[in-house]
Amino acid sequence: MSTVTAERPTIARPGVVALGISRIGYEVRSYFRSPDAVFFTFLFPVIMLGIFTSAFSASGNIGTAPDGTGGISVGAYYLPGMIAAGMLLSGVQNLAVDIAGEKSDGTLKRLGGTPLSPTAYFIGKIGQTLVTGTLQVGLLLAVAVFAFGIALPTEPAAWGTFAWVFLLGIITSALLGIALSAVPRSGRSATAVVIPIVLVLQFISGVYLQFNQLPEWMQNVASLFPLKWMAQGMRAVFLPESFEALEPSGAWDLGLVALVLVGWLVVGLVLSRLTFRWIRRDA
Amino acid sequence: MTTRNATPNDPVVRVRGLEKRYGDLAAVDGVSFDIERGETFALLGPNGAGKSTTIEILEGYRTRSGGDVSVLGIDPTRGGLDWKSRLGIVLQSTGETGNATVVEQLRHFAGFYPNPRSVDEVIAAVGLQAKAKTRISKLSGGQRRRVDVALGIIGRPELLFLDEPTTGFDPESRRDFWTLIRQLKAEGTSILLTTHYLDEAAQLSDRAGVIAGGTLIEIGAIDEIGGADARVPVVRWRDASGAPRSVQSEHPAATVAAITAELGGEPRELEVIRPSLEDIYLGLVKAHDAASTGGAAAASATPSTATSQEVRS
Repeated sequence: MSTVTAERPTIARPGVVALGISRIGYEVRSYFRSPDAVFFTFLFPVIMLGIFTSAFSASGNIGTAPDGTGGISVGAYYLPGMIAAGMLLSGVQNLAVDIAGEKSDGTLKRLGGTPLSPTAYFIGKIGQTLVTGTLQVGLLLAVAVFAFGIALPTEPAAWGTFAWVFLLGIITSALLGIALSAVPRSGRSATAVVIPIVLVLQFISGVYLQFNQLPEWMQNVASLFPLKWMAQGMRAVFLPESFEALEPSGAWDLGLVALVLVGWLVVGLVLSRLTFRWIRRDA
Repeated sequence: MTTRNATPNDPVVRVRGLEKRYGDLAAVDGVSFDIERGETFALLGPNGAGKSTTIEILEGYRTRSGGDVSVLGIDPTRGGLDWKSRLGIVLQSTGETGNATVVEQLRHFAGFYPNPRSVDEVIAAVGLQAKAKTRISKLSGGQRRRVDVALGIIGRPELLFLDEPTTGFDPESRRDFWTLIRQLKAEGTSILLTTHYLDEAAQLSDRAGVIAGGTLIEIGAIDEIGGADARVPVVRWRDASGAPRSVQSEHPAATVAAITAELGGEPRELEVIRPSLEDIYLGLVKAHDAASTGGAAAASATPSTATSQEVRS
């Protein structure tokens, strides 16, 4: 080992972007080595798509015109909802449970004693969500096409919409996950706090139940939260134009989707900044 | 890097009248000490005495209620990332799940620091070469503790905090660890150590402070702590009737000669014992407990006489 003298050369610390990228690699690897994350976050929407497609394959198409034309398979109808659910799980559920666990098992305390900046840590977490969420949606689409024969949109405009709804939605989810991680009192209670929230949102936001068939009050409650808007944005991408009329407002309302998601992104950012601590404050 | 800490002769740690209160309870109550550059300083004391609170204030994890603290010339409550890059922290316990391997974890942490040590050298220094590619979650408790130590030194710290570093080590690992610490010390690293193993403190440190009930009850060089009286050797033997005898003596050789002459032969079960740091430490803590809980008579007993009495009994 080389010798250390009191006169240390002043070498710059690694920059926040380089560290953030290093954190992303570390976080993604850690995610795929955690069986809980892989099953309950990564594969869950794929499994649900499989169950829905198989269970309702006999019940015919959805949205068929009175003359028997049009309409899409149940699997095709539920695909956008499952993509939205994957975004919510990869962000909110994954990070809220993950960070609450890191807080209680001492990981954050250790990091707080190193020259790692909270910003680089955040970049790592958001990057992990972005990478795993992208792989997840890729897997969902591949399964949809190759296993269930669901046709994907071909117009570039639809994929443009997909790109911004996905990016905006997943970053918002990640920030809300970081903010929500401050709520559980311990790592062990984290799943008990987070999963009910995420599950209820999925049921009222048109992931597992057809949104236009929910009672109006439930639609209104769901409209306060981001998942309903992610699902709506994804329906605009993947469902035929004829389905636009089934939306409660009779339109995809993509402007409103963007507005609500940006609003929640700002809420998530502010809450994350205000609540994040390496360790719990002592009295 | 901020440079108001410039002069190399300043102590690396300077604590003056440190206080930490939780409501009415004073966990730390007026503690003062310095650690010089290159020195290994042991902070000793029973559980709950205020050791960890003091260390965590120095590390910047806790705020203080009163007093002045400077670590590498900087107030820890205002210590930024440049300051943290000069510290190495080995926390008391960790419960991390750790699904990175040893080498992945060290390589990752090395990337946080401006001038890290070589990952391979650090893995070798803590004796984990054979486990380098094993996930940390699959290691034994003692092996994980070695990873903690490795992460503490990977950034080439000027000041290393070691909070009960060898808990869970087998005797051989503890010896290896001592060798590593001596090597770091030889390279100029200043070290603040807490430990319940008094032989470890005696082996590694230059000076020690004993903390009890939130106050520093003794501080000094490791071979002077407790005062000269506490270090007087004890001669033990069995007299003609076979009864155990013991006497403290500044001149044990003369004492042994006198006993031998008196007995007219070799004394049975003869021993000359120098009180260990552990004996001295226990005497100090016992005297403090007596002083803080007992009446005036107990309070008047000095630590050194209490130790002598205990040894004589």
